[in-house]
Amino acid sequence: MPSPPRFPLSRRHMIRGLLAAGAFGATSQFWTACSSDSTADPEATEPTAAAATDEPLVIGILYVGPKDDYGWNQAHAEGAAGIMSLPGIKVVEEANVPETAAAAETMRSMIVQDGATVLFPTSFGYFDPHILALAEEFPEVQFLHCGTLFEEGKHPNNVGSYFGFIDEAYYVAGIAAAHASKTGQTGFVMAKPIPRIVRTLNSWMLGAQSVNPEATTQLIVTGEWSDPVKEAEAVNSMADQGIDVITCNVDNAKVVMETAEKRGIFCSGNGVNQAAVAPKGYLTGAEWDWTGVYTSYATMIQAGKTLMNGGIPHLFLGGLSDNFVKLSPYGAPVSEAAKAEAEQAKAGLIDGSLVVYTGEMKDNTGATVIPAGTEYKPGNPELEKMDWLVEGVIGEITG
Amino acid sequence: MNLFPRWRSHLESFCIPVGALLVALLLFGGLCALEGYNPLAVYSAIYQAAFGSWFAWQNTLLRAAPLMLSALCTVLPARLGLIVIGNEGALVLGGLLAAMTGVWWVSAPPLLGLLAMAIAGILAGGLWIMLIGALRHFRGVNETISSLLMNYLAIAFLSHMVEGPWRDPSSLNQPSTFPLPDALQLGNLPPSRIHYGLLYGLVACAIAHLLIQRTTFGFAVRTVGGNRRAARIVGLATGKLTLAICFLAGSCAGLAGMVEVAAVHGRANGALNANYGYSSILVAFVAKQNPLTVILVAILLGGILASGSLLQRALEMPDATVMVLQGLIFLVILYSESLYDRLPWFREPPQLEDEAARGMPPPVLAAATAKPPLPSGDLHR
Repeated sequence: MPSPPRFPLSRRHMIRGLLAAGAFGATSQFWTACSSDSTADPEATEPTAAAATDEPLVIGILYVGPKDDYGWNQAHAEGAAGIMSLPGIKVVEEANVPETAAAAETMRSMIVQDGATVLFPTSFGYFDPHILALAEEFPEVQFLHCGTLFEEGKHPNNVGSYFGFIDEAYYVAGIAAAHASKTGQTGFVMAKPIPRIVRTLNSWMLGAQSVNPEATTQLIVTGEWSDPVKEAEAVNSMADQGIDVITCNVDNAKVVMETAEKRGIFCSGNGVNQAAVAPKGYLTGAEWDWTGVYTSYATMIQAGKTLMNGGIPHLFLGGLSDNFVKLSPYGAPVSEAAKAEAEQAKAGLIDGSLVVYTGEMKDNTGATVIPAGTEYKPGNPELEKMDWLVEGVIGEITG
Repeated sequence: MNLFPRWRSHLESFCIPVGALLVALLLFGGLCALEGYNPLAVYSAIYQAAFGSWFAWQNTLLRAAPLMLSALCTVLPARLGLIVIGNEGALVLGGLLAAMTGVWWVSAPPLLGLLAMAIAGILAGGLWIMLIGALRHFRGVNETISSLLMNYLAIAFLSHMVEGPWRDPSSLNQPSTFPLPDALQLGNLPPSRIHYGLLYGLVACAIAHLLIQRTTFGFAVRTVGGNRRAARIVGLATGKLTLAICFLAGSCAGLAGMVEVAAVHGRANGALNANYGYSSILVAFVAKQNPLTVILVAILLGGILASGSLLQRALEMPDATVMVLQGLIFLVILYSESLYDRLPWFREPPQLEDEAARGMPPPVLAAATAKPPLPSGDLHR
């Protein structure tokens, strides 16, 4: 029996192809009609915003990872734990919420099912599109996003951003590091070379240079928020090069601290206090202090202030002085001289007499990035787009 | 005449998975009780959160939508006897290329623009998995390993492009491509907040079912899956079939990526790599590589994920609870596979009386053929 050729197009193939194309076309016809009218969900647009006086204020908090990750999420969870005991406040939490439709669903459920009127979605990726879309759908719910992404006039009025200048704490930690280092070489493990992270590296370097002008920092970028294997490799290779103090800015610093401790070098933490993982070599660390931030928000909201009535600023930023960030208690290897100098810098940062980014400042290619006579105080928009590495940093980033 | 000659076997393939589900839920309830939670409250929360209301159903279906399309990336090659787990890579690439198509062709009329984006996603995902098929067919490279490793390549490519050449310079702290214009965003199915991805998933699963079960192409694929050498001996072009089925598989995952970009994110960035591809491997295996069962399993998994949210919020259970439930369900379902043909109650009776009454061949032969031939191409039998 001669078998018919298998692939050339026959009438049957054509019909099948047309059917398949038709199926796609038929489904695609609808979207032009309905993409414009937004998804007004009648049962959902009236959340329990009635705000009866004796009902608790329900606050919803979303974390992108587990609540005990020794880093970003744990810092927020500790902050949330700090406000749970306050009277008249009920906190609903959800951990491990990916930055997909799941984030929108979780926020929606918190609003509709739990009656949350204030949401703290704590991961950067929640902002656009998830928060922005929901903020338009639920105009009476306040969305407070951890980051600096809010832009006046561009984003809905019920959205706000809060963030801490954690680079100030890195500056102080850099001072302690330079005192502890014998070789003058420090190392920095970085998740992604984005401005807010690059800034912590530069502050660390400047802090170290304020003690030892010859100090250098080797930079290693892993490219992932959390990649324990690469982080451990980075620390090992830096330890092999003679680097004797390591810090990092990754989602969870545990592996970096553990590896440094194993290699017998000093380390400085990130996010939360990691002294427990590196009891011998832990110098100090740049920690978030969200309890204070969440408490101030809760107090403001309970007093009737909202983003919408202008009582709460849309951008709520602060550093060491406003208790957005803090330093881990100094570890045993930190000398008295180092402590004194670090505390002095801390006091200077708190009262504003010490400005980290002061011209003339050069990047590590020799180009002037801050002209002489210019100083960028924390909160300056120039600092928000930092894409250069300060002199003394060994490494490069692609902008 | 008997209208359902094989009703016992149909009943078997219904009762065993459902029974497995119940056993898994019982085990899970036991674990919850050990941890001090009331199992009944947990069950009720799971039901409420996953299927208890229209609100919950929408939540479930939204989470199920990307899983359906992406699961086909494992299902289709499995019918040809290949275990491909490159779903995540194909999804990520499809999403990235679809987003860039939309960004490059901003002025496109919505219908054409979306079609172009879909085609870009389909081509990107399809060619990516076809490459795996080609490596397998021409060079004998193990397709499971190569597809797994190529996931990492695809994810690294995504990171590189959105953080480098294709980055929107204004996306400072969340590196992304330029956003898609509003006209190129997929809308929602009218009375709901579920996007069109669900419809695509359903249609794709139905087409895949027809393709595998009702066409000569599908028959050829199943034949190769049953016995590659025999298929070659009867003259089937195994190479062409491998490439074609791998392309189709990848194109489904690529389309899933396009839907994620056009319906959810509005741009491509790191959030595209959200493990839908890996979850959908689970869906494909639990669905026993059957495109129609994929729909049910994806909805079940979507429901489990949706219930994880309420378990945390209402009962303050840890976030890993839902992973435990998911793991238990899948383990028990996979174990239950071994029970097919073993439970005496579901065995077909020897059919002696019927055969005698109809004067058919003698009982010896009837007994020998009493067990119906197994459908070919089914990996688990």
